[in-house]
Amino acid sequence: MNKDSALNIAFIGIGLCLLCSAIISLIAIQLRSVQNENVVKDMQKKIVSSAGLELEYGSVENAMMNIKTIVVDLDQGKIVDINPNSYELSKELREEGKYKFLSAENDIASIKKREKYSKVFIEYKDDKINTLILPVRGYGLWGILYGYLAIKSDFNTVAGLEFYEHKETPGLGAEIDNPKWKALWKGKKIYQENGEVSLKVIKGNVLASSDNINYEVDGLSGATLTCNGVTNLIAYWMGSDGFLNFINNLRELDV
Amino acid sequence: MSNYSEILFRPVFKENPIALQMLGICSALAVTSKLYPTLIMCVALTVTVSLSNFFISMIRNITPSNIRIIVQMTIISSLVILVDQALKAYDYETSKTLSVFVGLIITNCIVMGRAEAFAMQNPPGVSFLDGFGNGLGYSVILIILGTIRELFGTGTILEYEIFPLVQNGGWYVPNNFFLLPPVSFILIGLIIWALRAWQRDQIEEPEFSMSKNSPEIIPNPPPAPSSKGSS
Repeated sequence: MNKDSALNIAFIGIGLCLLCSAIISLIAIQLRSVQNENVVKDMQKKIVSSAGLELEYGSVENAMMNIKTIVVDLDQGKIVDINPNSYELSKELREEGKYKFLSAENDIASIKKREKYSKVFIEYKDDKINTLILPVRGYGLWGILYGYLAIKSDFNTVAGLEFYEHKETPGLGAEIDNPKWKALWKGKKIYQENGEVSLKVIKGNVLASSDNINYEVDGLSGATLTCNGVTNLIAYWMGSDGFLNFINNLRELDV
Repeated sequence: MSNYSEILFRPVFKENPIALQMLGICSALAVTSKLYPTLIMCVALTVTVSLSNFFISMIRNITPSNIRIIVQMTIISSLVILVDQALKAYDYETSKTLSVFVGLIITNCIVMGRAEAFAMQNPPGVSFLDGFGNGLGYSVILIILGTIRELFGTGTILEYEIFPLVQNGGWYVPNNFFLLPPVSFILIGLIIWALRAWQRDQIEEPEFSMSKNSPEIIPNPPPAPSSKGSS
């Protein structure tokens, strides 16, 4: 058969495409369960390590057993009856009525729209809340930083901060993943006496003589805009547009 | 037998895809800021180019010549998707770092270049070797880049601290410039220089010769004014 005949062109073209797509689909399906497991594991690892619970419980799996996942209505600050397993942030932000657009002056973290419901993680110890792990996000230099902020049971002390997705420059902004820098957050306070969110990343190092030593974190050199982004996202998510209503409700329950 | 080793090792120094053929520069700039992802990228590209050469060569005699590029692209992209999927399943962390660049192997000129230049004319076994050799040539350059950039950019190699950093109480201030893509350009330039100083036959003929710089304007330098006093 002439290999340049129209029949052969059609035959080879269609045949090859079918063969390739069949092989790809087969292998993709084979690997899907492993891949999904990786994604879930990776997420759990970030959640657990944001609160520094990995050491305490020995492994991510053990820690996850003490962590309860709930969905919270951000405006009312109440837990709502939505299955957390079916909750996905990217889906919420696409579905009409499940998010709201932010006006320029409210949009401190430059995220443009905010979901109505948020998936929150609570670590219980002896049936009492020990750590609250909140999903936060805000614009850095190149894109949105996605992370978890873990807060102690006084709802004021930071237990840790961990970003799971960002597009910052390696070696500069991406140093927000540096364990040494993340360790600086532990024990910092979020709210002033008057309830104002004061926790921020400053330029340079925090001086031991600083009055606000509990409210300041060392800046990363060469990454001012990323650091500002982190400051902004904390200001936004810990404020009344973020998790403040929920935190206030939790405080009342405790009393 | 020496013919096979010639095919395998020629692309490493004599006909390096990056240093001589100037192909695949894009990914060499993008993924080399740390050594570990660089190594994974090298493996991914070597697997892709070897196998694509092999399969394309297998069906070279029945491939209609007017849709051969499409056939090549179909095979290459299928292989790249497979590599990407495997990476997501077995090395999720690195696949996140490499992100889009694994998918971009499809557009890497080395893969398509070898398919068109070698695999379409040669039997599968030799084509596989040629692909593997070109993968090695690409890997050699990338590993050099990755090592230098990680060492000077972060003071580490494979996350193992070589130069103790200032922030950890050492003496080395990391040079962040090395983490930015343009450094790869400079380093590739230096590698090409070194390679051509060693293998002089790689030096290209100049495309044009420079004419003398307007000799008629100043035929003879005017005599110096005599009034300039002598000292």
